[in-house]
Amino acid sequence: MTERGYTSWGRFPQINQLGRSFAWRSDELPVTSEDTDSLLPYGNGRSYGDVCLNRGGIVLSTRGLNRFINFDPEAGILRCEAGVLLAEILQLIVPAGWFLAVSPGTRYATVGGALANDVHGKNHHQAGAFGCHVIAFELLRSDGSRNLCSREENKELFGATIGGLGLTGLITWVELQLRPVNGSMLKEETLKFANVDEFFHLSEASDQDFEYTVAWVDCASKGDSLGRGLFARANHVPSETVQAKVDLEPRISVPFQLPCSLINGFTLKMFNAWWYRRQRERRKTRKVHFQPFFYPLDSIGNWNLMYGPKGLLQYQCVLPGEDGREVLRQMLAIIAQSGNGSFLAVLKIFGERLSPGLLSFPRPGVTLALDFPNSPDVFRLLDRLDDMTREVGGAVYPAKDARMSADSFHSYFPAYEKFSEYVDPDFSSSFWRRVSGDEL
Amino acid sequence: MSDVLIIGASSAIAQSVARIYAQEGGRLFLVARDAARLDAIADDLRVRGALQVDTLAADLLEHDRHPEIIEAALDAMPELDIALIAHGVLPNQEACQISVESSLESMDANFISVVSLLTPLANRLEARGGGTIAVISSVAGDRGRQSNYVYGAAKSGLDAFLQGLRNRLSKVGVNVLTIKPGFVATPMTAHIEGRGGLLWASPETIAEGIAKAIDKEKDVAYLPGFWSLIMLIIRNIPERIFKKLSL
Ligand SMILES: Cc1cc2nc3c(=O)[nH]c(=O)nc-3n(C[C@H](O)[C@H](O)[C@H](O)COP(=O)(O)OP(=O)(O)OC[C@H]3O[C@@H](n4cnc5c(N)ncnc54)[C@H](O)[C@@H]3O)c2cc1C
Ligand SMILES: NC(=O)c1ccc[n+]([C@@H]2O[C@H](COP(=O)([O-])OP(=O)(O)OC[C@H]3O[C@@H](n4cnc5c(N)ncnc54)[C@H](OP(=O)(O)O)[C@@H]3O)[C@@H](O)[C@H]2O)c1
Repeated sequence: MTERGYTSWGRFPQINQLGRSFAWRSDELPVTSEDTDSLLPYGNGRSYGDVCLNRGGIVLSTRGLNRFINFDPEAGILRCEAGVLLAEILQLIVPAGWFLAVSPGTRYATVGGALANDVHGKNHHQAGAFGCHVIAFELLRSDGSRNLCSREENKELFGATIGGLGLTGLITWVELQLRPVNGSMLKEETLKFANVDEFFHLSEASDQDFEYTVAWVDCASKGDSLGRGLFARANHVPSETVQAKVDLEPRISVPFQLPCSLINGFTLKMFNAWWYRRQRERRKTRKVHFQPFFYPLDSIGNWNLMYGPKGLLQYQCVLPGEDGREVLRQMLAIIAQSGNGSFLAVLKIFGERLSPGLLSFPRPGVTLALDFPNSPDVFRLLDRLDDMTREVGGAVYPAKDARMSADSFHSYFPAYEKFSEYVDPDFSSSFWRRVSGDEL
Repeated sequence: MSDVLIIGASSAIAQSVARIYAQEGGRLFLVARDAARLDAIADDLRVRGALQVDTLAADLLEHDRHPEIIEAALDAMPELDIALIAHGVLPNQEACQISVESSLESMDANFISVVSLLTPLANRLEARGGGTIAVISSVAGDRGRQSNYVYGAAKSGLDAFLQGLRNRLSKVGVNVLTIKPGFVATPMTAHIEGRGGLLWASPETIAEGIAKAIDKEKDVAYLPGFWSLIMLIIRNIPERIFKKLSL
């Protein structure tokens, strides 16, 4: 049976799988059969590639698994079911003076999905990844066992499940440590930079004093302006009134899939150039609500449909050390040369703080993320970027991948063999079969 | 702040409705058949701000228990403002064609059990006056179609029952609301092909519509509203033509 409701954000690949709802933490897992021989939890499909897809198997939708269990407003500890959206959490906790310790660039991810990809945010340089703030969770496995996992109990399953891509079992609930805030506002500074070196300087100068830092690069520009862009840095600031209203659904949406991609070399070049020039001043300061600051892309629903029926590919890598900086320059040049580049590319420096996740993606270095409309050229380009990432000892982010090879995966995630021991025998994904070499 | 009774409280739509009243600091009395599910919902509503949450576990096909359910709810909340009846099943039409038992069971879940609950509830509210009875029916009740007429017939029977009840209770200021959702992405429809398309709504959207319709003391609410237009057209296709369509 086809279940088109359960796609990934990149809408590539398009596959057949069986959709089932898993809405109650007291429920048992469904049994697999010869026709549909594996299970995979599915959060809200905000992963770009195939970590949330399971061709020929069952995906267990957790959108109904969205209840709060306990909130301690004194200690800032929240326990909730795995299908709760980050947006729903914010709506509850901001008025009580708390915020997510780590948030990705979309508020429409579920807690379970955020944990299973061990997501990172603009504060990685200080706070580390999502998994650093997970106190405990329950993992339901196909042998029927319910495992309470924390840093003290079932430590190995705890580490394997954080960043474990949904393969170790189904997370029923999660307990999170939140961070205190005083209101709903941030003070943000945006600074123009002319090239990659300036970006590195700005990062170094900002990462101490600013909790959130991120940069957008115009990846269509070449030569002298290669790597020009805008650097944003921000801190929470106290506000008297708390504007806690969070949009649980976007106010405007792309209503249907466009017949062909609106995103092409010409529109991209125009957009990127406009975007860079939009800010005249070298430095701009504003007070901004957390919603547009953290989640600019969420303001237009289903923006992925603009890429037409073939969908899009994301690429996010992390490049460590001094060599990484040089490789980043080369990558930006190759991308600009290819003319395939995306809307804005995102740059950020990851910090030293390590997550307990065995397969966690973030590690010290510079990370680059960008999208490409799907085309055969792009696959060739990404293979080339993969070679460069491997050479410098970096990694590519599974949450955004639909095509990395088994060899690449093994080189990016050396803990992969140890991780395999914790994979639930009834669980699998399209991604996993590809990178473990099971799919030919 | 309202006092709200919800029967079939484990339904995805009903849970979303409950959250709206919980957030306003209301009191809730929840009835569903599974005690573990009820506990999970009650915890959630407390975290979201409910003043009080009581629960009662009952299989709603056990009609004998219905008077007791209504009594317990009105004992806990004599000032009951809203009663929502939400339980239902979407039977497999083909299975119903083979098995009379399947047909009758779904008739019971979608229609008979609701009648059995509404009778004591309506009498209590009639005696007291005021309040709202809201019942989830479906657009499927507007016209029988080959693909799900057992379900449609039950909902259609329910619609007529509610029309009569509304007529009767309007004299004592009890509002009766018939809720007619279109396609909603809930566990009931998780298996349906093409889910997630243009015509689909989230349970949260439907719940907001329900709370608004209750507020405005509406009689019938198609949710989202565009379904009233779609169903107007579908109801007006001549039977001569309709019978030839594969709907
Ligand atoms: C606009 C946008 C911006 C983004 N920005 C960032 C960013 O800044 N940083 C970042 O790190 N990521 C970012 N992402 C990626 C996104 O945060 C992750 O892919 C996230 O994991 C998606 O969560 P989801 O609930 O949609 O999970 P899905 O995509 O549905 O699933 C993700 C993985 O989690 C597993 N999973 C889901 N629920 C459970 C469960 N209950 N138990 C066990 N496993 C489970 C799935 O099997 C799958 O492997 C962004 C995505 C978008 C669309
Ligand atoms: N989803 C749609 O597209 C749609 C469209 C139009 C109308 N509706 C109507 O909306 C209402 C709510 O459905 P939903 O979409 O929210 O689906 P749902 O989540 O599957 O809810 C159905 C609920 O009915 C309960 N139920 C069924 N038989 C019962 C029984 N014998 N005793 C007690 N409870 C029983 C189920 O309880 P358990 O949790 O114990 O199983 C479940 O909670 C239903 O009346 C449905 O007909 C739905």
